[in-house]
Amino acid sequence: MTEETTTDQNLDIWVSGTEEPRFMPTDEGTQEISAEESGVRLDEQFGRVIEDDYVFDEDLGSDDERMIVNMGPQHPSTHGVLRLQIELEGEIIRRSKPIIGYLHTGMEKTAEQLTFGQGPTNVTRMDYLAPLHGELAYCLAVEKLLGIEVPPRAAAIRVLMTELNRVSSHLVALATNGMDIGALSMMIYGFREREAILAFFEKTTGLRMNHNYIRPGGVAADLPPGWKQDVAGIIDVMPGRLAEYDDLLENNPIWLSRTRGVGIISASEAIAYGITGPALKATGVAWDLRKAFPYSGIEQFEFEVPVGSHGDVYDRYRVRIDEIRESLKIVEQVMDVMPRGDYRVDDRKVTPPPRARIDESMEALIHHFKLFTEGFKVPPGETYMAVESPRGELGCYLVSDGGAKPYRMHTRAPSFANLQALPIAMADSLMADTVATVASMDPVMGDVDR
Amino acid sequence: MTEALINELFAEFSGATLEDSLGQNVARVDNAEWFAAARVAKHGGFEVCVDVTVVDRMTSRPDRFEIVANLLSMQHQARLRLITTAPRQDPSVASLVPLWPGANFAEREAYDMFGIVFEGHPDLTRILMPDDWQGHPLRKDFGVGSVPVQFKESHQVT
Repeated sequence: MTEETTTDQNLDIWVSGTEEPRFMPTDEGTQEISAEESGVRLDEQFGRVIEDDYVFDEDLGSDDERMIVNMGPQHPSTHGVLRLQIELEGEIIRRSKPIIGYLHTGMEKTAEQLTFGQGPTNVTRMDYLAPLHGELAYCLAVEKLLGIEVPPRAAAIRVLMTELNRVSSHLVALATNGMDIGALSMMIYGFREREAILAFFEKTTGLRMNHNYIRPGGVAADLPPGWKQDVAGIIDVMPGRLAEYDDLLENNPIWLSRTRGVGIISASEAIAYGITGPALKATGVAWDLRKAFPYSGIEQFEFEVPVGSHGDVYDRYRVRIDEIRESLKIVEQVMDVMPRGDYRVDDRKVTPPPRARIDESMEALIHHFKLFTEGFKVPPGETYMAVESPRGELGCYLVSDGGAKPYRMHTRAPSFANLQALPIAMADSLMADTVATVASMDPVMGDVDR
Repeated sequence: MTEALINELFAEFSGATLEDSLGQNVARVDNAEWFAAARVAKHGGFEVCVDVTVVDRMTSRPDRFEIVANLLSMQHQARLRLITTAPRQDPSVASLVPLWPGANFAEREAYDMFGIVFEGHPDLTRILMPDDWQGHPLRKDFGVGSVPVQFKESHQVT
């Protein structure tokens, strides 16, 4: 896409204040079926004509028929507190604008008040469905500035945990996507499988969500005894469950007609808008940071990057199902090769002394106290590290001035960038498809607003 | 390979300096050349603008604000960080939205949080903070503030 095309016609940005006042009141006339009963007009009215970037004849509807509808911020299918301002012409969305910030809690400002060791407690609360990915991006950035390399076992644990987290996050995406379209059983099924993974997370990290498990220099604790049986149980049960999802959705004509050809994003649009993750893969672009910029030794494991072809809601759902399979493949390989050794780096600067040493050594106690009150100092510098989160590129831009707290921490949130695609995916489509499109982008508002 | 590519791209910019920041490619350009440098980078293969953000350097640098754009080249599998500066008074820089529509939200966030004016941005309004908010919260001279929290009714201890 050249810049000339992006500047003028393709720039679907709703500029504030361009709504004309006469659009605001609801016009009862929009509810009426038009008297013209030609086949084309009827098809349009019944919504049988769905094309991406369908250009309407300007004479077709007068401006009086347009109205603005606010969907959200308190709407059950906006996945949190997303508000969509939608300009409707009858049943058809002409323009839309996501309005965000309802969940903004200033986490980037908070990060400047926390030491590097405390940072993961903050970032884990951003994308609350994929907390481990947020922690990983942050810790990779801290480790890059420190110039330390985590031990192989820590890296393998990180891969294991983040890939399981991808599965649990995609399960929520599938469950809520199904629920929003009306496949309510999918919601129950998805949350059932997710519960098994969260139970393993709770056993390992102590918490179901917001783990603060991945820390600069390694992970907080070793895997619990019997972890292999737990993970093997998840891997054994999942293929059968994925087949059940296929039974529920893949052979369901309602599901197919609600998702196929809906909310289309083309590959060039996705790249221009900086969309990543399943939404980009669904357009046919096989771009995955795990392949392009591998982290935590993920390059030693074999997996495919699933892609779609049309970039519609169905393809995004399909990519998520396939990504679950690929993630389970990675988890299985990690289980087999899990190295022995320490789960934290052997660097006294960042790693607190073992608990037993504190009882017998005054120096160890002081060291422990200093690490948890003052924190460790990180050399000045700036870096950007990104991981492939279930929603796309989750990056952490970290600037240190040599102190114990980040000078600036910025999270490149995948949901934030992906949300920009909603207007282009929804433009000139039916109002009823809004919910399906929003659900398929899988925005997590904690990640969007931070 | 990518370093050679980046060197070639930025040869025409007099104010550009190329750095290696812990193994990552960084190009610092003049504020006036920001858009031109970004355009050259885009046509040179960096087809994705991943992120635009700001660092408030206060007095440690001659210019207070650093505007950082993270660019990504899928075809070369490379990243490039474009950095420019903006002065303390009326900080502004050219908007990258004409090149990458995806810079829209990121620049609005940068405006909201730091008060950087992106010239040419079609819809430069607050995005995360309320519309009537005073000040720009991520600036270093914006206090953290606190709200007293009382967890439950308790007797005043004197």
